[in-house]
Amino acid sequence: MGRKLLTEHINVEGIDTFEVYRKHGGYRSVEKALKTMTPDEVVEEVKKSGLRGRGGAGFPTGMKWSFLAKPEGVPRYLVCNADESEPGTFKDRQLMSKLPHLLIEGMITSSYALGANTSYIYIRGELLYVLRILEKAIAEAYANGFLGKNILGSGYDLDLHVHPGGGAYICGEETALLESLEGKRGNPRNKPPFPAVQGLYARPTVVNNVESIAAIPVIVNMTGDEYAKIGVGRSTGTKLISACGHLNKPGIYEIELGLPVEEFIYSDEYCGGIWKGRELKAVVAGGSSVPILPKELILKTTAGENRLMTYESLSDGGFITGTMLGSGGFIAMDETTCIVRNTWNFSRFYHHESCGQCSPCREGTGWLEKVLHRLEYGHGHMEDIDLLVSVAKQIEGNTICPLGEAAAWPVAAAVRHFRDEFEWHVKHPQEATRTGAVYPGKAVLA
Amino acid sequence: MAKITFDGIEVEVPDGTSILNAARKIGGSIVPPAMCYYTPLQGSGGKCRACLVRVAAGSAKDPRPMPKLVASCVTPVQDGMVVENTSSEQVLNVRKGIVEMLLINHPLDCPVCDQAGECDLQNFAFEHGVSTTRYQEERRTFEKIDIGPLIQLHMTRCILCYRCVYTANQITDNRVHGVLGRGDAAEIGTYIENVIDNDFSGNVIDVCPVGALTDKTFRFKQRVWFTKPVNAHRDCSHEKCPGRVVLWYKGKDVLRVTARKDQYGEVKEFICNECRFEKKETADWVIEGPAHIDRSSVISANHYELPVLNQQIIADLPESSVRDLEQNPPMKLGN
Repeated sequence: MGRKLLTEHINVEGIDTFEVYRKHGGYRSVEKALKTMTPDEVVEEVKKSGLRGRGGAGFPTGMKWSFLAKPEGVPRYLVCNADESEPGTFKDRQLMSKLPHLLIEGMITSSYALGANTSYIYIRGELLYVLRILEKAIAEAYANGFLGKNILGSGYDLDLHVHPGGGAYICGEETALLESLEGKRGNPRNKPPFPAVQGLYARPTVVNNVESIAAIPVIVNMTGDEYAKIGVGRSTGTKLISACGHLNKPGIYEIELGLPVEEFIYSDEYCGGIWKGRELKAVVAGGSSVPILPKELILKTTAGENRLMTYESLSDGGFITGTMLGSGGFIAMDETTCIVRNTWNFSRFYHHESCGQCSPCREGTGWLEKVLHRLEYGHGHMEDIDLLVSVAKQIEGNTICPLGEAAAWPVAAAVRHFRDEFEWHVKHPQEATRTGAVYPGKAVLA
Repeated sequence: MAKITFDGIEVEVPDGTSILNAARKIGGSIVPPAMCYYTPLQGSGGKCRACLVRVAAGSAKDPRPMPKLVASCVTPVQDGMVVENTSSEQVLNVRKGIVEMLLINHPLDCPVCDQAGECDLQNFAFEHGVSTTRYQEERRTFEKIDIGPLIQLHMTRCILCYRCVYTANQITDNRVHGVLGRGDAAEIGTYIENVIDNDFSGNVIDVCPVGALTDKTFRFKQRVWFTKPVNAHRDCSHEKCPGRVVLWYKGKDVLRVTARKDQYGEVKEFICNECRFEKKETADWVIEGPAHIDRSSVISANHYELPVLNQQIIADLPESSVRDLEQNPPMKLGN
């Protein structure tokens, strides 16, 4: 059984209230940081912990913090990115609704480390009930002197606000989030300048994922060195994985990084295998935007080693044979899944969510969706398969923000690994479009 | 000051200059195309991705190449930066892709579009694109939106460069239009039907790189390459308007009035609606001489570079001798 650092008390009755949370060791990190540590010492601990951003890109959090510009007399901001909307990822919602005080504790400690006196939690608009939970918890924290002026007599002031978005996926991109928080249309900004130099209201800003911030109290309490001992290599600590799809036990699991993928899928402690006794066909390991991998490649790397749930192991082999840990949205698909339909479904999402600011993404996401729709509904041609790869390549890397890549990668990967299934759709349109049709597999067709 | 190498040519520019402007300092055919960037408008650029270039070395301090192509219009130079534009195969290929993306939902109605001949998209596609498309779905179309008696908004042609939005924000004192919707459903509009009515609203026509915003007083009057641009000025009563314009003549008639643009199609001084829409008589203006249009090849291909004649002489000449002069110009100005 892996250690639970974030979700240890998640099922305790009344843990969303201040008293119960405090009784279970809550807000200890705030006391420790504000009373015994300087802000730089907190940053140093986070650096030592090797914590990597849990929002998808996996950038070391301590490093990000140390990039923050600190000009004299200019306010700095910490913004928590709670705009979780990637298909397949639903870990932050659980964390915030069950353990609102953990996030608030993390926000206080992190804001202290960064020297921010005003911090924001930008929450997805659909999560209105979570917003209410957070607001109630923030009021409790104010009432108990953990927020507001002169926290715990240390002379440090912090105001914390929760702000709901309008429910746009693009506002999870950090600069679009800042634009939206400023009250503008949620269009990503051109970089440079980066938020660490010119972020919210053109002030230095750090934007972190909910789970990264929630890990800060744990790190401060147990020290960065201890935290770094959990995990494998540069993937340290624990990670929340939201598992969904054709699994016996879908749900949110906190794992120690380094757990073998095979164990995660098949062991009874975690997902408990594929439902209805079927075979695993493919896995999207880190939310819909990372490349899909077939069973053979997700369980073992090309070198024959077991694939582990770490940033490095999952991306072993690059995008040719690897994928990414991403935000931890683990989607498993059984043998009856139609990969073409699934790819079309993902594409439809990105088409709908593109902000329309830069041309490759605005036009390309729609194009991909239309071609995939054509293939799925039996009107495709053989050239369309190469067209998909070509259009994906034209989008990838040429856009303002990573949404372009997020739209292009799943399509390119699906064609890379499941080309025969796309070809089957073209060659046998009547069979492929029949309700409940299952691709019989290369071996059977041959 | 920062020294950069652009396509093998060294140039020194002040810190904070964008790569595009450094390239413009060198000038010539190596300058990356720009569809959305507009020097006078703050915050513009980075959207069309036409100006993507490869940075082969980030700076003297950190000579690693940048991992992705960067938008040259919004990326500031660093000392020792090495940039590849036309010398990079990758950049040229990507640019072909950008043309294709911009054109898949463009109606390609150039034969009936007033912008043809001075259209940035037309030039861009002609110089960098391919002549076929792989797009076979239905194109996105919009109804024409009525935004008043002077300006026509035809969204189908729009490439969403945001220039008109920035213009309305920064040049006029009241913006009533903006970008609505998201993704490929995004459109320029006033949301609730509204008239764009402002002394400087006509400038959105000048900044529009395509034929999405056109001058209702000029629509379908003439192809631009049959008109002759002449610099002129008048004493405009509007305090913010310099009164310096280009008159576009067909014969003796002033068909339209626009602001003066530089060789990259950027307006030098924004003009008011009175100058643009109401003063369409030669008598309203003091003629300075032929305007030289550098960039739009179709207009330059016509020999409008006639000798400087004052307005009195033009008025007095019989029709036939005007044509005579056009065919056998006594001397050629400019290049």
